[in-house]
Amino acid sequence: MRDIAVVGFAQTPCVRETDGTTNGVEMLVPIFHEVLGGLGLTKTDIGFWCSGSSDYLAGRAFSFVSAVDAIGAFPPIAESHVEMDAAWALYEAWVKLLCGEVDTALVYGFGKSSAGQLRRVMAMQLDPYVVTPLWPDSLGLAGIQARMGIENGLWDERAMAAVAAQSRSAALSNPLAQLSGKVDADELLTLPYVADPLRRHDCAPITDGAAAVVLAAGDRARELCERPAWITGFEHRVDSPSFGTRDLTTSPSAVAAGKAAGADGVQVAELHAPFTHQEILLRQALGLGDDVTVNPSGGVLAGNPMFAAGLARIGEAARRIHDGTASKTLGHATSGPLLQQNLVCVMEGRE
Amino acid sequence: MTRPLSAPLDVGFDYTRSLGPTLGRFLSDLRRRRVTGIRGSDGRVHVPPLEYDPVTAERLHEFVDVAATGVVRGWSWIPEPLEGQPLDRPFAWALVQLDGADTSLLHAVDAGSPDQISTGARVRARWRGERVGAITDIECFELSDEPAEEPADADDVTMVTTPVNLHYTHSASPTEDPFLRGLMEGRLIAQRCPSCEKVYFPPRPACPTDGVPTTDQIELTDRGTITTFCVVNVPFLGQRIPPPYVSAYVLLDGADIPFLHLLLGVAPEDVRMGMRVEAVWKPREEWGPTMQNIDHFKPSGEPDAPFDSYSQHL
Repeated sequence: MRDIAVVGFAQTPCVRETDGTTNGVEMLVPIFHEVLGGLGLTKTDIGFWCSGSSDYLAGRAFSFVSAVDAIGAFPPIAESHVEMDAAWALYEAWVKLLCGEVDTALVYGFGKSSAGQLRRVMAMQLDPYVVTPLWPDSLGLAGIQARMGIENGLWDERAMAAVAAQSRSAALSNPLAQLSGKVDADELLTLPYVADPLRRHDCAPITDGAAAVVLAAGDRARELCERPAWITGFEHRVDSPSFGTRDLTTSPSAVAAGKAAGADGVQVAELHAPFTHQEILLRQALGLGDDVTVNPSGGVLAGNPMFAAGLARIGEAARRIHDGTASKTLGHATSGPLLQQNLVCVMEGRE
Repeated sequence: MTRPLSAPLDVGFDYTRSLGPTLGRFLSDLRRRRVTGIRGSDGRVHVPPLEYDPVTAERLHEFVDVAATGVVRGWSWIPEPLEGQPLDRPFAWALVQLDGADTSLLHAVDAGSPDQISTGARVRARWRGERVGAITDIECFELSDEPAEEPADADDVTMVTTPVNLHYTHSASPTEDPFLRGLMEGRLIAQRCPSCEKVYFPPRPACPTDGVPTTDQIELTDRGTITTFCVVNVPFLGQRIPPPYVSAYVLLDGADIPFLHLLLGVAPEDVRMGMRVEAVWKPREEWGPTMQNIDHFKPSGEPDAPFDSYSQHL
């Protein structure tokens, strides 16, 4: 198998609302410039482009086609898209590189959640026959899962608040974070519920943003990056969409993806957990002990650009390899309701 | 800097889906105030019924009648219901395990307040009066130890229609904004790519060739050349003019990208590529931030443009 590495990463600031269009061009142009410029590349050096976004979020058809304007796709480019978080676009690009068709790929995701009502838009991913017609909102569903864990003794509201406080505190070192600061978990517990047992701090914020990651193979990666983040395991698994059938207090697909990707021994993990209890659940599912630094960026509780946030977790985890602060890290992404589908990307630095 | 123009957009459409034998049975039975599950490979009864077993992927076929009463297995409280949800007053989302089922169904519970509901609470279906064969035939669940209403006769259904209504606020891009504001004053504002110098009308957020924002603003006149056209002979829903009429691509003088508009004032058989045209504007009091300020184009009477002048814009 070819060695493939993450060699570059850029993301926009996470903000509550941008003035741009929902096709993402205004957010993507600067980060393409940043990530390519940082590597000394131009668009013609990229062999494959792949993106993740959603037309339901954008409120327009084929928004990902308009987004291609940000690339400047002339002469024509090789390009693909997934209607999922761009972490899955990264997987597609990784397979493309594994096949030896190209040596470089740029993967991007974007979402302007502020344009619509995110809690309702998310109902469009549910079973269209027996679930979506009820318009379950994402917070209400997550609240059921959180309560099941609480009543099973797996976590409590204080542990959930502590996750939020830790996220905000970690995000103080992340200039692109939307929410950061020193907050006291006990104080958070005095705030009202938004979807009992969830309070506002238990839920990732509504965010506009985008992210981009560059992959390169073999010697090309070594040329471009002093310390490439070599991908040593990249797996995704899915559970039944019928969530009344699943044990919601765990995530078999996360367990399986973590095992297959070789999550053991990572020093840093960036987890795509849009709700505080899901971070606790994922730590358990991926077997991450207290010695693992989780979400040093603040994670998605500090900024959650839909369809880019999972990709950004992999980018953040790769960054810890690039800057030499870690030698083995993990980026995780989730898709579907209540951690239905999970992806784990394990990366290592080599001396 | 002022914020770009923005406007609300409501997207509404119906999804009409065929149901197949499994969901068709389930939703037909809901219409009859009956709830039907299906037995999985491991013997568990799934409600709602699954077409294939979630573990073995075997096709499932053994339907099992279950009760319209059951137990709350997990819940959350929604203090401010959203559009389309089963109740318009505070309610609980709950996973309800119906009596006779091994898995749980998601629905709303009309519990009044969060201190009224708990995991383990007994509930029963509150059936809708007018049932159509949809999950919403159960209006919601209510806290009760009593049985639900008796079954009733009803015909089978084979389709379900789900209306979707989503609401957005769309912003114009920083380059579309001066274009739209210009139109309000009867001006045609284009953008030029600083890299390849192509002039875009209407402007785009970035030059599709170079991927850079088109920062240079230029004003164009309302005269141009027809690059290509088609004669519309087919009537369709929402058509504003009786056919035949001509839709033409107009390349404004100084622009590099033509746009589609209506051509009037000339018989369809006399329209040709290279024909010179000018805009016919609506009365000023009708102008808004829209290309519809130009009612249509008409021949300007100038000699035809030579092919070479627009051959790169086809």
